[in-house]
Amino acid sequence: MPRIAGVDVPNEKRIDIALTRIYGIGLFRSREILASTRIEPNLRANKLTEDEVSRIAGIIESDYVVEGQLRRQLQQNIARLRDIRCYRGLRHIRGLPVRGQRTRTNARTRKGPKKTVAGKKSVKEMR
Amino acid sequence: MSRSLKKGPYVDEVLFEKAIKARETGSTMPIKVWNRSCTIVPEFVGQNFDVHNGKVFMRVYVTEDMVGHKLGEFAPTRNFRTHTSRQVRK
Repeated sequence: MPRIAGVDVPNEKRIDIALTRIYGIGLFRSREILASTRIEPNLRANKLTEDEVSRIAGIIESDYVVEGQLRRQLQQNIARLRDIRCYRGLRHIRGLPVRGQRTRTNARTRKGPKKTVAGKKSVKEMR
Repeated sequence: MSRSLKKGPYVDEVLFEKAIKARETGSTMPIKVWNRSCTIVPEFVGQNFDVHNGKVFMRVYVTEDMVGHKLGEFAPTRNFRTHTSRQVRK
């Protein structure tokens, strides 16, 4: 099994799909990489030659931010917003939606499971 | 949709002049601002602003990281309230 970009070990799938196992690489980028290295996207990952694997690894390393580095970058972006205490940063601190969505109902992805509060009107009653 | 690059960032001109003047004279007296939608430009760095949030003026000290944000982003208009926890109430 080929190893690309650190610990990623893609499986016996088509190489374009296998590359999407890398954090920061989806189908679009995966195909972009294969086009620029001139590798057939429908080859199986384990059928690649040593040379092809290293070509892919090389281009990912030089042109793309992936895995740990990408995660760190995202964390830093959020930390910056928190530090300057701007509106978006405050929403991150509070764990509420950042992009202006409603919070009267829904927003469960950010807020987590429902916490029932006595006396609070239900959605049905509000209408 | 984001703002056209041709226009450049939206900066309140009067405020901009005030900030320049304050920088030249080295004064760090807060400048009162009602125009919350004014973009923070590098010239504002190191200045104090009193940004109106609809009720009171919030003191904002502009740092380099804040460039590109709007002044209003640093003066919340809503008061975040939570319920007191049960233990406290008892």
